[in-house]
Amino acid sequence: MSSDLKIKVRGLCKAFGRKVVLNNLDLDVPKGESLVVIGGSGTGKSVLIKCIIGLMKPDKGSIEIDGNEVTRMSSGEREEIMHKFGMLFQGGALFDSLPVWENVAFGLIAGRGFNRAEAKEIALRKLAAVGLGPDVAMLYPAELSGGMQKRVSLARAIATEPEIIFFDEPTTGLDPIMSQVINELIKQCVDDLGATALSITHDMHSLRVIGDGAAMIYDGRIIWTGPAQDIDNSGNPHVEQFVQGRADGPIKMPVRPL
Amino acid sequence: MPLLQPLGRTFLDGLSAIGRLSLFTLRAVLLALRPPYYPRLIVRQMIEIGYYSLPVVGMTAVFTGMVLALQTYTGFARFNAETAIPNVVVLSICRELGPVMAGLMVAGRIGAAMAAELGTMRVTEQIDALTTLSTNPYKYLIAPRLIAGLTMLPILVGTADVIGVLGGYLVSVYKLGFNPGSYIKNTVDFVQFLDVFSGLVKAGVFGFIVALMGCYHGFHSRGGAQGVGKATTNAVVSASILILISNYIVTELFFSR
Repeated sequence: MSSDLKIKVRGLCKAFGRKVVLNNLDLDVPKGESLVVIGGSGTGKSVLIKCIIGLMKPDKGSIEIDGNEVTRMSSGEREEIMHKFGMLFQGGALFDSLPVWENVAFGLIAGRGFNRAEAKEIALRKLAAVGLGPDVAMLYPAELSGGMQKRVSLARAIATEPEIIFFDEPTTGLDPIMSQVINELIKQCVDDLGATALSITHDMHSLRVIGDGAAMIYDGRIIWTGPAQDIDNSGNPHVEQFVQGRADGPIKMPVRPL
Repeated sequence: MPLLQPLGRTFLDGLSAIGRLSLFTLRAVLLALRPPYYPRLIVRQMIEIGYYSLPVVGMTAVFTGMVLALQTYTGFARFNAETAIPNVVVLSICRELGPVMAGLMVAGRIGAAMAAELGTMRVTEQIDALTTLSTNPYKYLIAPRLIAGLTMLPILVGTADVIGVLGGYLVSVYKLGFNPGSYIKNTVDFVQFLDVFSGLVKAGVFGFIVALMGCYHGFHSRGGAQGVGKATTNAVVSASILILISNYIVTELFFSR
């Protein structure tokens, strides 16, 4: 069975000083599936993704990508694995010293050795795939609206046609209409590439549009997983509280009374 | 006990900071030597450091040379040694004031800019994004800056030496009534290769320090706008102090025999 798993996480632990963020976390992402991890702010969603990509070193536990243990890899082997990844960052993380097309083409030029003309052509195609015309390609990221930046960032994440794409809060900070546009673009791009996707979000609409499977992270571990359409009748009080957005329930927000 | 505790903690923090900086330097230098190289970025940094710092460094040099001539005159006139002014000016500029003044000005201009740029890239996750695009941030961001700092500061300081001597010349000739020809002859005859060379070596060291401090503090900044501000301050302050310390060390290596 494990050969069908694209990402397999076991017993992952990560603490910052005395603050434990991930506590014995297990997670499976089957090949070709889009898994969405939901959870409140500060529950370790971003840390989880950064550990899997290799931007952070976990304290303990194992992470397998395509059956290869990555936590003990040398930096050279890690760079090889990195070729399989694409990531859409929460704030877009576009390089503001480069025009839009070079942002999109960056992974092709720097990582894959394409020449600039070829890479630009592919970049323009990818920009078209996220609904942006060639006039946008010459602009700088600072000249774009938040929604357009997210789209450029999505184009950059899919430009190298990665096997695994990570989405870190893809709709945070966008209006509902633009959120829906981004969600549908993500869904379409992931389906077109046949890629495996791991997203983290606290936006329930995102979950319903882009997710095949869903998982909820709470207190540093995964407390529930299942198909995305079962999220409304999960039978788990934590998940129910989160999905319905209630202030009272098993999840207590540390808010001091006035 | 409560008195000793903060003392020990400060000491240990200091040691671990030195360790972190050493590891960072080692990694940056080792990775800078290995391909891929980014000539485009190296050239851009060279222009930024070398060309755009010229006005600031030139202004510093010309006024330093001018004030040097004036001060030497008022001092040396007391024992009729005014003729030594060209020698004092060229020696001070080439050996000490050229490299140190240029180093400090560039620390303020370039070190701060590097720390702010890399710091902003860090807090907006652009450095993480580089990694996910199969690009090593040490090679892409830090190596070009270190190379540009190391190579451009000697050129800047060489220019500053000439401009500084010009400053001394202007004051001596037009204010103090020196003969232009003999001033220049005095300067050229007196100055030795080692005087200029030691200054240029210093410049290389200072350029490396400025770029290293800018990159180190920017690269490790955290916590949004405030963190970037702190990184910028730390980069300038630590670069300035290290310039003054290493200035003494290099001088000692060259001239104490």
